[in-house]
Amino acid sequence: MAEGWSRLARNPAGLTGAVILSFLLLVIVAGPALAPYDPTTFHLTRRLEGPSLDFLLGTDQFGRDLLSRILTGARPAVLFGVGATALAVLGGGVAGMASGYVGGLIDEVAMRALDVVLAVPGLLFALLIVTVLGSGSANAMLAVAVSFLPGFARLARAGTLSIRERDFVAAAIARGEAHGYILRREILPNLMPPIVVEASVRVAHALMIGATLSYLGLGAQAPDSDWGLLVAEARDYLFRNGWLLACPALAIGISALGFNLLGDGLRDLLNPELDA
Amino acid sequence: MSLAHLLRRLVALAVILLCVSALVFAITQILPGNAAVMILVQNATADELRALEVQLGLDRPAWVQYGRWIGGVLAGDAGISMTSSRPVLDVVLPALGRSLILAGITLAVMATGAVLLGVAAAVRRGRLADFVISALVYPGVCVPEFVVGTLLVVLLARPELGWFPAGGYAPLSQGLLGFARSIALPALTLTIILTSRISRQVRSEMIDVLKSDYVRTATLKGLPRRAVLFRHALPNAMLPTLTILALDIGYLIGGTVVVEEVFAYPGLGRLLIFSMQSRDLPVIQAGVLAMAVVYVTANLVADLLHSAVDPRVRADG
Repeated sequence: MAEGWSRLARNPAGLTGAVILSFLLLVIVAGPALAPYDPTTFHLTRRLEGPSLDFLLGTDQFGRDLLSRILTGARPAVLFGVGATALAVLGGGVAGMASGYVGGLIDEVAMRALDVVLAVPGLLFALLIVTVLGSGSANAMLAVAVSFLPGFARLARAGTLSIRERDFVAAAIARGEAHGYILRREILPNLMPPIVVEASVRVAHALMIGATLSYLGLGAQAPDSDWGLLVAEARDYLFRNGWLLACPALAIGISALGFNLLGDGLRDLLNPELDA
Repeated sequence: MSLAHLLRRLVALAVILLCVSALVFAITQILPGNAAVMILVQNATADELRALEVQLGLDRPAWVQYGRWIGGVLAGDAGISMTSSRPVLDVVLPALGRSLILAGITLAVMATGAVLLGVAAAVRRGRLADFVISALVYPGVCVPEFVVGTLLVVLLARPELGWFPAGGYAPLSQGLLGFARSIALPALTLTIILTSRISRQVRSEMIDVLKSDYVRTATLKGLPRRAVLFRHALPNAMLPTLTILALDIGYLIGGTVVVEEVFAYPGLGRLLIFSMQSRDLPVIQAGVLAMAVVYVTANLVADLLHSAVDPRVRADG
C-alpha cells in the first residue's frame, strides 16, 4: 500500500486526478451546505448578473445563484457517472466472467449476441432505451449502464479466457476447488486491474453522457440543478451572460478530467511494465 | 484478399444487421403501442382505435409485425412517418445524406490532424512538444460535444461578428460559401472532440512501434531518422490507427446526433431526437437501423482495408 502511494506520487497524471477527485468528493459531501443560497430561490431583481460579491458566479434568468446551482449539481452528476458504471461493471463483469469460464456454445452465442448490441453505436442505444423507459435521471442512468454493459462483458470475458489458462487456475482445479471459489478467489483478483482502469475512464464518459442526455431533455428535468440542464438553459442567454455557459461547462470538464486522469494514473500504476 | 473471404464477411454483416433490426424492433415495440396510436388520433373512440390498430396490424403477434416491417424495409418501404405523414424513407434518407456529408468532412479533417498530432507527440515523447500537444488535446476528451459546440457558438457565431450562422444548413447547390459556413462549426466541434481521442491513441501506438526491434535495427544500420520514421515506423503505426478510427466511427455517429441538435443541422441525428420526443415509431426504427448499417459497414471497410495493407491479417482470412 505504502509503495502504491509513493508510486502514485511519482505519477503526475494519477496524482492530479486524485487531487481533483478529492476536491470533487468534498463538494459532493458538503456542496449543498457550502452553497450560499438555495439553488431554486428566485432573486427577480438581480437577473442575469455577472459575478459580484453577493453572487460569486452571477445569476441566471430567474436570478438564481449560479454558484449554488453548480455546487448542488455535483452530487447528482457524479452519482450518475459512478452509478451507471457500477451497474455496467456488475452486470457486464458477471456475464463476461461466466461466459468466458463456461466457454463452449453458451460463450459463442453470448458473444454473437454482444456483436449485435455493439453494432448500434453506444449513445444511440442509450437514447433508444431512454425513449422506451421515459425521460428522467434514473432512467437515463439505467440506459447508460445498459449501453456500457457489452464493453465490460467483453473485457471480463477476454480476461477470464486468458487467466483460465494460467498455472494457478490449473492448480486450483487439481486441488479440487469449487467453480465458485476459482472464479472468486483465483480469477476475479487478476481480472480487477484492467476493469478498474476501464471503469475509471468510463465514469468520466458516463458523467458526460448524463449531462448530454439532460441537455437533450431526456435526463434530469427542470428545475433540477443538473449541469447539462444548466448549459441547455444558458443557450438562450449566451450573449448576455457567458458565465451561465462557462461555469457548468467547466464543472463538467474538471470532473471528467479527474476521472480520466485517475484512469491514466491507475493504468500506469497497475501495469507498470506497459509504459515504463 | 480472397473473394470467398469477402463473401463470408458480407454474409456475416447481413446476419448481424438482421439481428440488429430485430433488436431495434423489439425494443421499440415495448413502447406503449397505443400511445403512438393516440398521437395519431387524439380524440378517437375505442372502436375507431381498434379499427386503426387492425389497419396498422398492431393486433397481430409481434413476430408477424416484425416480418411485415423488415419485409417492407428490404423492399424500400419502411412505413409512414406519424408526425409528417410522409413515407419514412423519404424523410430518413435525405437526412442521412446530410449527416454523411457532415461525418465525412469531419472524418477527413480529423484523421489527418489526429495522425499528424499523434506522430509528432510520439516522436517528441517526454519533451516540450509532447507536453504541449497533450495539454492541448486532453480537454477534448473531458468535454462533451454539446459543450464544445455551444462554446464555439459563443466564440465564433456572435451576431455582431457575422462569421458563421449559429445553426441551420445551406445545401451545396445554393452556393459553396453558404454551405461551408453552415457546416463549419458542427464539423469543427466533432473534429475537436475526435482529434483529441484519436491523436492520443495514435501517440501510444506510435510509441510502441518506435520501441520495436525493427525500428531499432533500422536506426542501428544508420538510416536517416526521417527514413526510419516515415518508411518503417509510420506504416506500422497506421494499422492499429485504422482499427482505432473504425471503432471511433461509433463515437462519430453518437457525436453527430448531439452536434446536429446543438446546431439545428437537419441530419438523421436531429430527426431521430425529434422522433423520439414525439414517439414517431417508424422513423425511430428506420433511423436507428440506418445508423447501424453505416456503423457496421464502416467497420467492415476498415477491416478490409486493414487486411489489404497487412499481409499477416490476410493469411488467416
